[in-house]
Amino acid sequence: MQKITRDVLVEKAVSLLENGTVANVLGWRKGEFDYDITPAVFTDKADIEANFVWNDFCGANFSKYLVQKTRKLEGKILVFLKPCDTYSFNQLLTEHRFDREKVYAVGVSCEGMVDIDKIKAIAGDGISKIVCGEMIEVSTVYSDEVIKIDAKDVLEGRCESCKSKKHVAYDELLGEEGDVIDSNRFDEVAKLEAMTPDERFAFWQEQLSKCIRCNACRDICPACTCENCVFNNPNSGVENKAAANSFEEKMFHIIRAFHVAGRCTDCGECSRVCPQNIPLHLLNRKFIKDMDSFYGEYQAGAEVGSRAPLVNYTTEDVEPCDVFEGGNE
Amino acid sequence: MQVKEYKPLIVAFCCNWCSYAGADLAGNNRLNYPAEVKIIRVPCSCRVNPMFVLRAFQRGADGVILCGCHPGDCHYTSGNYYTRRRMAMLFSMLDYLGIERERTRVEWVSAAEGAKFAATMNDFAEKVAALGENKRLEDLRCKK
Repeated sequence: MQKITRDVLVEKAVSLLENGTVANVLGWRKGEFDYDITPAVFTDKADIEANFVWNDFCGANFSKYLVQKTRKLEGKILVFLKPCDTYSFNQLLTEHRFDREKVYAVGVSCEGMVDIDKIKAIAGDGISKIVCGEMIEVSTVYSDEVIKIDAKDVLEGRCESCKSKKHVAYDELLGEEGDVIDSNRFDEVAKLEAMTPDERFAFWQEQLSKCIRCNACRDICPACTCENCVFNNPNSGVENKAAANSFEEKMFHIIRAFHVAGRCTDCGECSRVCPQNIPLHLLNRKFIKDMDSFYGEYQAGAEVGSRAPLVNYTTEDVEPCDVFEGGNE
Repeated sequence: MQVKEYKPLIVAFCCNWCSYAGADLAGNNRLNYPAEVKIIRVPCSCRVNPMFVLRAFQRGADGVILCGCHPGDCHYTSGNYYTRRRMAMLFSMLDYLGIERERTRVEWVSAAEGAKFAATMNDFAEKVAALGENKRLEDLRCKK
């Protein structure tokens, strides 16, 4: 479905590698299956030509990888950024998390990534081969028939309500520049807000009790780049792998959402990687929605150096006791 | 057997410069407020980390109230402005998760407002008592 083909990316990567602009290429490599595409560092041409992947499963946001890779790797790094990734990229620059000089960013236009769980729900288990395109062709081990699925029907949740096709940071752009989209991403939050507190509690209790504390949401999150996380502390009371009490998941998710509030670019990686399919983006979006309505519209990462609402104030701010009326407009 | 009357446990974070002195004044003036209000003195209301609030609920508090200097009067110039934003966000989030909104409150109490301190605590304790025990943010392991 992607308009930019793999060959364009490969050609770009190889030419930049050969003319010495970069020494490393941060790209995607095939995992065990056609649909688990994993991030990888490439350093030679043959490897890129053989193994570089760009298709509808390249969901990973590379911005966070730059924090470690710019320190570990020698030479410049070529990174491919989708529009949503560029917001995280800017946000990390704002927080001085990596050296911009060591990165060569190539923006890639994106038509939305697809969700393997949705494909599995249609095609069933035992997927042996997937060919991406407008119609995704899925083969399974259980039948000879090739199932065709419209890629637009199985988009990832975050892509269905894509907030922007515009790249806010790049050295070079492949494909066309898109626009910021007036998306419906807060609809789900508004739906929850309209519920009674009892219904909301039941909803979150059910969702958060699925949490297995694998920490994938934290580890993938481009805003969570603390080297020593508060939840690594054995005294935090929430370091257990298996949740011993429902309080733990609530505490973990509330505090995690709070720690990234104002810095979360709403890239949606947390929900994508969650093995339990908890809609974690709804917590982050609640904070974004609240901050937008109380402190003025703010998109983290839209520009480098912007000041997030929670590290700022005005003397006219809304009082916490008035928030609820405002929050339920 | 006599049934023990339910008294809500309330944790009040009071800033050292205004609200703690306000509580002191309430005491000096012999103003009544519930003994179940446990005051924790903090250097500034913005010292209160969201984790403190959750931790208080975890350890059995039924309500958490933050008291600080009036906006503009902060001993550290701007601390309570940050508190105001943070707690607005946190309380809104707790509400979003279905925790009763009456269990949390922020109130500005100056050192001269002993009466306001006592009235606030009485009112807050009454509201929390009406809600009953904190069940939604409890940690059963911390129950006695």
